[in-house]
Amino acid sequence: MERVLMKGCEAISEAAVRAGCRFFAGYPITPQNEIPEYMSRRLPEVGGNFIQSESEVAAINMVYGNGAAGVRSMTSSSSCGIALKSEGVSYCAMARIPMVYVNVSRGGPGVGTIQPAQQDYLQATKASGNGGFRMRVFAPATVQEAVDMTYKAFDYADKDRNPVLVLADGVIGSILEPVVLPEQKSDEEVAAIKDAKREWAAVGHPLGQRAWINPGGWDNVHYEQCNKDADEMYKAWQAEAEYELYMVEDAEVVITGYGISARIAKSAVNALREEGIKAGLVRAKTVFPFPYAAYDEINYDVCKGILDVEMSIPAQFVEDVKVAVDGRCPIATYGRSAGIMLSKAEMIEAAKAMLK
Amino acid sequence: METNICIAGFGGQGVMTIGKFLAQAVTESTDLNTVFFPTYGAEQRGGTANCFVVISDGEVGTPRADLMDDLIILNNPSLNKFINSLKPGGNLFINETIVTDEIKRDDINIIRVPGTEIALELGNTKVLNVIMLGAYIGYTEVFPVDVMWKTIEAKLGKKVELLPLNKAAFEKGLEYGRK
Amino acid sequence: MEELIYTKTKTIQPGKSSGFCPGCMHDTVIKLIGEVLEELNIADKTISCTGVGCCGLFMEYIDYDYIQCAHGRASAVATGVKRGDPDKIVYAYQGDGDFASIGFAESVHAANRGENITVIFINNGIYGMTGGQMAPTTLVGMKATTAPKGRDPEQHGYPMHICELLNTLTAPYYLERVSCNTPANVIKTKKAIKKAFQNQIDGKGYSLVEIVTSCPTNWGLSALDSLDFLEQKMLPEFPLGVYRDKSQEEK
Repeated sequence: MERVLMKGCEAISEAAVRAGCRFFAGYPITPQNEIPEYMSRRLPEVGGNFIQSESEVAAINMVYGNGAAGVRSMTSSSSCGIALKSEGVSYCAMARIPMVYVNVSRGGPGVGTIQPAQQDYLQATKASGNGGFRMRVFAPATVQEAVDMTYKAFDYADKDRNPVLVLADGVIGSILEPVVLPEQKSDEEVAAIKDAKREWAAVGHPLGQRAWINPGGWDNVHYEQCNKDADEMYKAWQAEAEYELYMVEDAEVVITGYGISARIAKSAVNALREEGIKAGLVRAKTVFPFPYAAYDEINYDVCKGILDVEMSIPAQFVEDVKVAVDGRCPIATYGRSAGIMLSKAEMIEAAKAMLK
Repeated sequence: METNICIAGFGGQGVMTIGKFLAQAVTESTDLNTVFFPTYGAEQRGGTANCFVVISDGEVGTPRADLMDDLIILNNPSLNKFINSLKPGGNLFINETIVTDEIKRDDINIIRVPGTEIALELGNTKVLNVIMLGAYIGYTEVFPVDVMWKTIEAKLGKKVELLPLNKAAFEKGLEYGRK
Repeated sequence: MEELIYTKTKTIQPGKSSGFCPGCMHDTVIKLIGEVLEELNIADKTISCTGVGCCGLFMEYIDYDYIQCAHGRASAVATGVKRGDPDKIVYAYQGDGDFASIGFAESVHAANRGENITVIFINNGIYGMTGGQMAPTTLVGMKATTAPKGRDPEQHGYPMHICELLNTLTAPYYLERVSCNTPANVIKTKKAIKKAFQNQIDGKGYSLVEIVTSCPTNWGLSALDSLDFLEQKMLPEFPLGVYRDKSQEEK
């Protein structure tokens, strides 16, 4: 397989196009500008459509309309821009419109910093908008993973008729790494995907058979049933939680995290093992559904502590780790924020401190 | 085996190009893994620029290590900013034409390249980055020299008229690296 | 000899009736749109993108494709639908709070891009569904539940004139302000709506019909008195007429 060197943002964009994405609307914000820039060049080549929207709010609502018309549709932003999108994401969740969006996250709250951070975890996994909906949230740790996750995000979005979020960060978005790109879907395949949605999609229907893209209204018995149906679906996802376990069987200290932090953690685990310290790693690849089962693989008879690592102060990922570990072992956190990356050396020290 | 490299200088000195060319060469012509990590500020032009490259025969962990194996430094502010991130025994490549500040470490290898001077002699300051790249590959042979040149050649693409100048710059750099 | 002179538009679901207040003109406009869609034979490929507020009340009873949009975003949603399926007929239906206040950015930018969509903009100078709050089009001195002493320009500025504002842009193809206060004006309104849809069919670009309507409930007037208020107060502030028609320039 041919490797190409690609920047994270551009690789995500290319993966989306290859998955059949034919519409993108977005607004400039660092560090995700290479996504709209790439899409503005690339989408016209495949008969797709790019709009630089007047705002994040407009972008997500264009995607809502385009997704409602059955097209594989996408938007992206970074942290504060993602907050603005929450209105439209919530509409997509209730009206069951498939779409994919990407958060190349940066420091916060507020305008925060333009450097990489992981400070949108709770927003991404618990409350990406009003109404308590859920989405599958993928957390890539490499550019290759960002490509693969973006590609399959479109399949999940269509299968569930629900938004899917790729939760990247400024590091993944801006680094260049060799990647193997997935196969590009043919025009026929893209057309077939759209056609498969024609029953419910707003593509025009004979009178009496209308499509009704419906994010809510007056019939509360009906809408409670919508909430129940969605809840069933969210629960069913749990079996599909994805994670990576690395040297956890005999680990006396387990480092856990997601995305770029977990990637740094893996190199810390290797360094600790070289020193003769039995360290292991639990990395969440989906942060919703959260991989609770992964934490059952830890040998709590020998494990003396779990170190949560994340680029967020206050820590957020740790909230889910606590639920998963359920008191079986002490948990500590090593975190930085505001765009400061985790240091492998500091992580190693924090892990060692748990063994004292 | 993993090599962590930091390249730093003024915006406009071709800092990012050095890093990107290294990563490109690794991707296209080797089985190694690599990460190129540019850091960015709010400014579009000017100011200091720096980037990190990791070359590894295994999975790359952190894209920005705490300590560097090699530093390529193109100006004084960058020297002062990054000198302490170099490992003991690490390699410091400096553009000695303009990096004139005292180097307050005696536990490192210093490879002095009169980069800007050579570039001026060749008649184009823009080739400073290719000279430094030559010196770096000549000294470390982190991957074969011809792999690097092939990438530079490919990157110049249609600008064939620039090939002789860049070839001369690369050779000059190699010479200093191999000394 | 019996002669059939009127049938209800088939674009309204059989047996359904609207929930609009007596004297409200939304009903009239929805009916006119339905008739136009039938006359142009496009109902089976039309998608309505509807705002939030009273303008969304017809979702239960129309019989062609319908997207309920977030408040103010109908023009953005319509943009997304139309770009996804340029052969389809897409219209946004928005009230004054929806179009001119919370959705002003989306509204203006859809117009500025010259999206090939049709916009039906209902201007009755007040928020209806939420209970009579001040709208961007509320007249100076007109009472609202959030302007109990009447709209004070010192506090709230002046009513916004959408056709005039959009007429400063280059892209829009057709902008007309009409009303439904008299039978003659209803006929003019239907003509304007038909033109706005025909423009879309012909790929001409952005067309907007602003319809000055009444809200007897929140104006605190009877249906009949509302017609007088509309004529005497609203129309002087919002003069009817064609503000932009590029088809005239093309001739």
